[in-house]
Amino acid sequence: MEFLDQLFTNPGITRALPEEFAATLQMVGISGFFTLLIGLPLGVFLSASAPDGLRPMPLTNKVISGVVVNITRSIPFAILMVSLIPLARLLTGTSIGPVAASVSLSIGAIPFFARLVETSLRDVSSGKIDAALVMGSTRMQVVSKVLLREALPGLIAAFTTTLVTLVGYSAMAGIIGGGGLGRLAYNYGLQRFDTTVMVVVIIIIVLIVQAIQLAGDAAARRVDHRSAATAGSGKRLRRRAAVQVVGS
Amino acid sequence: MITVSDLRKTYQQGTRTITALDGVSLTVPRGSIHGIIGHSGAGKSTLVRCLTLLDRPTSGSVTIDGRELTAVPDSQIRTARRRIGMVFQHANLMDSRTAAQNVAHPLELVKTPKSDIASTVARLLDLVGLAGFADAYPSQLSGGQKQRVGIARALASDPDVLLCDEPTSALDPTTTDDILDLIHNLTDTLGLTVLIITHEMNVVKRICDSVSLLEDGRVVEHGQLRDVAAKLDGKLSQALLPLPAHRPGDRPALELLLAGDVASGPVLSDLGRQFDLRINVLAGSVETLADSRFGRLRIEVEEPAPIDEMLEYLQAQGVSAKVA
Repeated sequence: MEFLDQLFTNPGITRALPEEFAATLQMVGISGFFTLLIGLPLGVFLSASAPDGLRPMPLTNKVISGVVVNITRSIPFAILMVSLIPLARLLTGTSIGPVAASVSLSIGAIPFFARLVETSLRDVSSGKIDAALVMGSTRMQVVSKVLLREALPGLIAAFTTTLVTLVGYSAMAGIIGGGGLGRLAYNYGLQRFDTTVMVVVIIIIVLIVQAIQLAGDAAARRVDHRSAATAGSGKRLRRRAAVQVVGS
Repeated sequence: MITVSDLRKTYQQGTRTITALDGVSLTVPRGSIHGIIGHSGAGKSTLVRCLTLLDRPTSGSVTIDGRELTAVPDSQIRTARRRIGMVFQHANLMDSRTAAQNVAHPLELVKTPKSDIASTVARLLDLVGLAGFADAYPSQLSGGQKQRVGIARALASDPDVLLCDEPTSALDPTTTDDILDLIHNLTDTLGLTVLIITHEMNVVKRICDSVSLLEDGRVVEHGQLRDVAAKLDGKLSQALLPLPAHRPGDRPALELLLAGDVASGPVLSDLGRQFDLRINVLAGSVETLADSRFGRLRIEVEEPAPIDEMLEYLQAQGVSAKVA
């Protein structure tokens, strides 16, 4: 009962929570947007410039893949974030708050997402690419009409994973000045031993992650026609075909 | 008409140079179906990739209806490719597109008006016998139906040449025959020139007018189906009319090849009567290829038999024969 009481009286929940909840959504939203905007083309480039890709550029590929992506990904995110504070200040004019934190969140997530994009695109069979080339597609048409379309379910799953990762990163960003649910849990839960706030924050973060995952799965299923079970109007069609066979 | 002359393709694999095509030449007259048969590793896939310019040949030329594809600069390669419709072993349809959208794909690339696309797609799906399946996704279609969509897609850009790369190798025998008959009918109705790459002799038997045998990147035998089948010692003839496994007899044996009208005549009983011999058939294969009858027989005769005179007699009757 005391816990329930606390939900309505604890200022950490009644006053700070809505604001920090919004800050978390803002961080995930902004960095998710930029991750998609930059990470998707970067992933396409990584896949196309690979030695067996659509437009092989072995040297450039090695530099971007090896140096930029792998180095960025091998730095622990907490350290990457701190080291990017000057950049955040340069771009946003401040080093604290959700907008500033979004800079380092994006830079942390872009290589991660680009790798996932690259892997998804690599799963598109080379036969489909050959078919598209033989029918006279330009490389851009192969990317837009074949690679991205055929890999769409995988790309949506990759973006979902990236958003979930961003929720986690954003909690970490909160501690070094980003704000959001991470800071709330840290300030109240850790520094004031306020377990109620801590528990509520954890529950909310779990719910956010669940919501993202469910929405992502649903979206991926909608665009996935790879197996008969998920192809939507399949049952109706097959029944019609069966009727035709019987009828003829 | 397709003319391939002295096509060579070499790959560099580390320090080794691999010759995949070693001077391939062939001619396919307009409106006919030519089969290229070979085992895996003979260079079939490389040949396909060179014909569609997915790979540039090292030397040699490919000409389709008087236009040399191999001379086309990279900037015009896409237009050149549209003259070739290609059918793949695994159809290679886009899973995210319905049957109709797959067929529409080549038309979208050249910004065909939507209404034209719709009517062309409907006509093509009807042509391949899939009129009711426009909205089906590939995952809802059987292997044979997928291949039909693949054929309709290959025809969408109104090509002169249909290039089929192992079109039936992933299909069961009944479906194989259906697809081959479809290709045969389309060749007649649309006046296509067709090149079929395959490792199945059945494909050649069923629909090809002429055939080339590819071995180690070289064409080792080629010609009209009825001509190559009539060669007693030809590799293609032996593959077209294979003798089933049998135990060799103790008595003298002959191998005969009967082609055309002779194959319908009473050759064996005439032979037996002429020399007053009893003849036993050890193994045989009789087929109708390119509308003519062919037979390859291995017979044994009782001793003593005048083998030389028998061979001479058979020759005079128009039967190729040798001592087996």
